[in-house]
Amino acid sequence: MDVRRTVAAVWRRESAPLVIALTRLVRDVGLAEDLAQEAFAAALAQWPGEGVPDNPGAWLMAVARRKGVDLIRRERMRDEKYLQVATDPTLADGGPEEPGDGMLALVFIACHPVLSRESRAALTLRMVGGLSTEQIARAFLVPPATIGQRISRAKRTLAEAHVPFAEPAAAELPAQLSAVLEVIYLIFNEGYAPTSGDRWVRQDLAEDAMRLGRMLAGLLPKEPEVHGLVALMELQASRFRTRTGADGQPVLLEDQDRSRWDRTLMAHGQAELARAINLRRPLGPYTLQAAIAGCHSRARTFDETDWEAVVALYDALAQLAPSPVVELNRAVAVLHADGPQAALRALDAIRHDPRMARYHLYGAVRGDVLRRLGRYPEAAEELERAAGLAPTPHERRLLMHRAAAVDA
Amino acid sequence: MKVMVMVKIGGADESQAAPTTEILTAMSEYNEKLVKAGIMLDGAGLRPSSEGAQVVFEGGTTSVVDGPFTEAKEIIAGYWVWQVNSIEEAVEWAKQCPSDPSGPRSQLEIRPYAEDEDFGEEYTEELRERDAKLAEQIRAQQSKG
Repeated sequence: MDVRRTVAAVWRRESAPLVIALTRLVRDVGLAEDLAQEAFAAALAQWPGEGVPDNPGAWLMAVARRKGVDLIRRERMRDEKYLQVATDPTLADGGPEEPGDGMLALVFIACHPVLSRESRAALTLRMVGGLSTEQIARAFLVPPATIGQRISRAKRTLAEAHVPFAEPAAAELPAQLSAVLEVIYLIFNEGYAPTSGDRWVRQDLAEDAMRLGRMLAGLLPKEPEVHGLVALMELQASRFRTRTGADGQPVLLEDQDRSRWDRTLMAHGQAELARAINLRRPLGPYTLQAAIAGCHSRARTFDETDWEAVVALYDALAQLAPSPVVELNRAVAVLHADGPQAALRALDAIRHDPRMARYHLYGAVRGDVLRRLGRYPEAAEELERAAGLAPTPHERRLLMHRAAAVDA
Repeated sequence: MKVMVMVKIGGADESQAAPTTEILTAMSEYNEKLVKAGIMLDGAGLRPSSEGAQVVFEGGTTSVVDGPFTEAKEIIAGYWVWQVNSIEEAVEWAKQCPSDPSGPRSQLEIRPYAEDEDFGEEYTEELRERDAKLAEQIRAQQSKG
C-alpha cells in the first residue's frame, strides 16, 4: 500500500464532514476550508511516519480546531468567534458529525450562483469531493496556482456576499439544484471529452463526477433529475473503453465493440434511469438524455437501435431545451428511423443557424445524408467544407478521406 | 477503477456465522454509507454453502461435491462492486466494515477488475471475437428481461 494514497483516501472521506463541522464552528465556510486544509497538511506530514490514527476524523478535527484557535488569536478576529472556538465544550473530542448531515448545504454553497462556473467546479471537487489542489489542477490541465487562486477568490466572494451555510428553501431548490447538476455534468464532461491530457487522469475526473452525482442522489432521492444525471453519466461512461481505438483516435458509436461496454455501469445506469422515470414527474433534460443513452445501451447492435424511440426522445428534449446541437443529433436519429430524405429536411431546417455554419459535425452528417441520396458532388463539397472546420488533424483527414470516397 | 470486494469466511466456521440483529443493523448502516459516498455499484449476499455445489476438475476427471464445503479454507459469503480511486481507498473503506468480535474469522478480499489488455497475447483476436459474440447474447437476454 502506498501511504500517500492511503492518506488521500482517508481525506476524501473525512474532508467534507470536517469542513461542515468547522463551518458550524467558525460560521465561515472559507475559513473552515482553510483550517481543514491545514489539518490535511499536518496529516500528510505526520501519518506517513506514524500511521493513520484509529479515528482520523477526530484527529483532523482536533488539529483544525487548534489551528483555528491559533489563527483567530493571532489575527485578533472577532472576540465572539474566538470565545466560541476556545470554550465550546461539545467540540472536545467528538470529531466531525455524520456525513450527510450538512452535506447538502456544503454542495449548494460550493455551487452557489454568485460564483463563476469554473470556481464552482473547483470548489465542489475540493470541498465535497475531497480532492487536493494538485489533483484538481491536473484534471483541468492548469497550473496548481491557478486553481489555488480560483478557490481563494471563490471563498472571498462567498464571504463578501454573506452566503448563508444552509440548505436552500423549498422554493429555491429547483433553480439551485439545476446549478448543482450543471456543475457535476461539467466536471464529468471535462473528464469524458477526449480532448487532451492523460487519459487516466481524465477518467478519474469523470468517476469523481459520478460519485458526486450518486452522493447527491442519496441525499435527494425524490428529485428525478439527479437520478437522470447519474444515469446519463453512467451510461455514457460505460462506453469509455470503446470510444477510442488502439491509436487513441475516436471510434464512432456505430463502430464501437459493444461487448466491451461496462455492464456494471450499464446496469446501475439503467436502474437510476428507471428511478428517475418512476418518480412520475415530467421528464427533465438529463433524464431524457439518459433515456436516449439507454436506447443505445439496450440495442444489441447499432442497427437494432429503437430509432423511433430515439427520435421521440429528441423531440421532447428539443421542446424542453431548444438547441441546434439537439436538432443535429435528432436528424441523425431521423436518418436511421425514416431515411435520408427526412433527415435532409431536418438538417436544412437548422442550416442557417450560425453555430451550425461553424460546426464540422453538421457538414459531416449532411454530407453523409447527401451521399446516401446519391447526390455525390454536393456530398463531397459538404464533406470538404466540414474538413476545413475540423478541430483536429485526424478528424480533418477522416473527413477529406470520406469526401474523396463519396461515390465509391 | 472498479474493484470487487469479496466477503470470505472459513469453511469450518460457516455454520457459526449466523449474523446477529446488531451486525445486520451495522451492515445496513455501512451499506448506506457506501451508497452515500457514491462508490457502491453493486453487491449481494450468498446463501450458505450447504445449498451450493462445487464442480471439481482434476487430472482429467470431473466430480461434483455437494455443500456444505466444510473443508474449504475460505467460502465466499457475498460481494460488492465499488468504484474507487485507488486500491488504498478501497482498503480504507473495507476497514470500516462492521465485524462481530465473537464471530468466526472473516476477511474482505479486494481485487481490481481485469481489462482486456491484461490478458496479453494469450487472448487472441479469435478468442476476443468469440467473447464479444457471447457478451452480445448476454446483453440481448438481459434487455429482454
